[in-house]
Amino acid sequence: MRRLALLLLLATPAAAAPPPGATTCSGCHGAPGGAVPSLAGHSAEDIAAAMAAFRTGARPATVMNRIAKGFSDEESRAIAAWIAQGGGQ
Amino acid sequence: MTGIGRRAVLAGLAATSFARPSLAQGARGRVVVIGGGFGGTTAARALQRAGIGVTLVEPAETYLACPFSNEVIAGMRPLSAQAFGYDGVRASGVTIARTRAEAVDGAARQVRLADGQVLDYDRLILSPGIALRFDALPGYDAAAAQAMPHAWKAGAQTELLARQLAAMPEGGTVVMSVPGNPYRCPPGPYERASLIAWFLKTRKPRAKLIVLDAKDTFSKQRLFESAWRALYPDILEYVPLAAGGQVTSVDPGQMSVATDFSTYKADVACIIPPQRAAPIATAAGVTDRSGWCPIDPVTFESRLVPRIHVIGDAAIAGAMPKSAFAANAQAKVCADAVADLLAGRTPVAPKLVNTCYSLVAPGYGISVAGVYHPDKGVLADVEGAGGTSPLDAPDDVRKQEAVYAEDWYRTITAAVFG
Repeated sequence: MRRLALLLLLATPAAAAPPPGATTCSGCHGAPGGAVPSLAGHSAEDIAAAMAAFRTGARPATVMNRIAKGFSDEESRAIAAWIAQGGGQ
Repeated sequence: MTGIGRRAVLAGLAATSFARPSLAQGARGRVVVIGGGFGGTTAARALQRAGIGVTLVEPAETYLACPFSNEVIAGMRPLSAQAFGYDGVRASGVTIARTRAEAVDGAARQVRLADGQVLDYDRLILSPGIALRFDALPGYDAAAAQAMPHAWKAGAQTELLARQLAAMPEGGTVVMSVPGNPYRCPPGPYERASLIAWFLKTRKPRAKLIVLDAKDTFSKQRLFESAWRALYPDILEYVPLAAGGQVTSVDPGQMSVATDFSTYKADVACIIPPQRAAPIATAAGVTDRSGWCPIDPVTFESRLVPRIHVIGDAAIAGAMPKSAFAANAQAKVCADAVADLLAGRTPVAPKLVNTCYSLVAPGYGISVAGVYHPDKGVLADVEGAGGTSPLDAPDDVRKQEAVYAEDWYRTITAAVFG
């Protein structure tokens, strides 16, 4: 049942319009299995926390540290929520 | 959940997502997209997903991608790795008009196609790419490009330059000419110089590469120059504007390239000429005196003709470079804005990202990234964000960035054409 809920969540089109910056992520982050991690299946909390860690430098990165600095915590949370709800899929 | 049950659920969901477009509920209108590259194809698919009727105008049956085409020139990959058909785009529901757009009437909101068809639109998205200017550099015209390839559009030119390099005599000289800004793919000429130098180092070690540049500063400059000093010190000679690097004329018969200070004799010459937006943009009246297209940074709507939006290399996108990544990011923002406008909503100010990887050798990647937002009427850098790979990064970071570059290419081409 949990799996069904997750599937529903992932596959349902996002009801809301994408927040600023959200559609850009899929330029690099695609289906699972690539070198660049897929965002599919991650919770909004995880994605927002990763963005925050990239921003402060707590999490090492090649480009995400440079990109995350362009988004406030509030913007990151909005993007994370949209992606976690299946936005852009 | 059983296999059958799960499939049924997924099938149901898929049907739901087609039946209930999220982006453009209530939107009415007909959109025409001109240009089936990274920008136009992305825009057409995004609009289709949103339930908006869209026709993509693209004469080619196969798209040849520019990113990674420098690897084809250096013999590191076949041109077939750059080729993408439109079957996936058609299967996604986008109607493709396989012909050329000949004229745009912005007042009547019509596009006339080469096959005589006329398409009405409520919104037109132009993603036509570039035209190489064969009137800008004395001696360099379309015929000269057969002797001195630009290879700045992937295809026959790419293979011609690759063949010329492979056939060049030992100890030969390659001359490259790089234009002033703006042009497609700002770091592209320097990646090309790097990979040609790698080709010479590994295949023709007594050969030389002279890079003549019409400017003094360029994208990822410190990273490129540091790599050149380390990898190609005896092969690659870089001549900036200040040292007389601006090419003033070429002679394809003599295979010579002239600056104000000297004339270089070349065995192979790659001349990247100045560029402008492709001709259909001028026909539509959306180019200014620079030859490029001024746009609104929120909607990408032309500053010159209402209801025509311009994305990708043809657009004047402020701080955003002319790259496939940028075209793809702009296409998604523009499609959302068009959907909003058709539905009578006001588009919100977007944020966009660009990331461009370059290879300076196999397994040695560097990158530049930027985050952009509308500011004072243009797309400006978000302060404090973006920048290049560190100058002092260890080898494993360079290797990782080369892997990410490949992965980016796989992901974006699958998203656009898959």
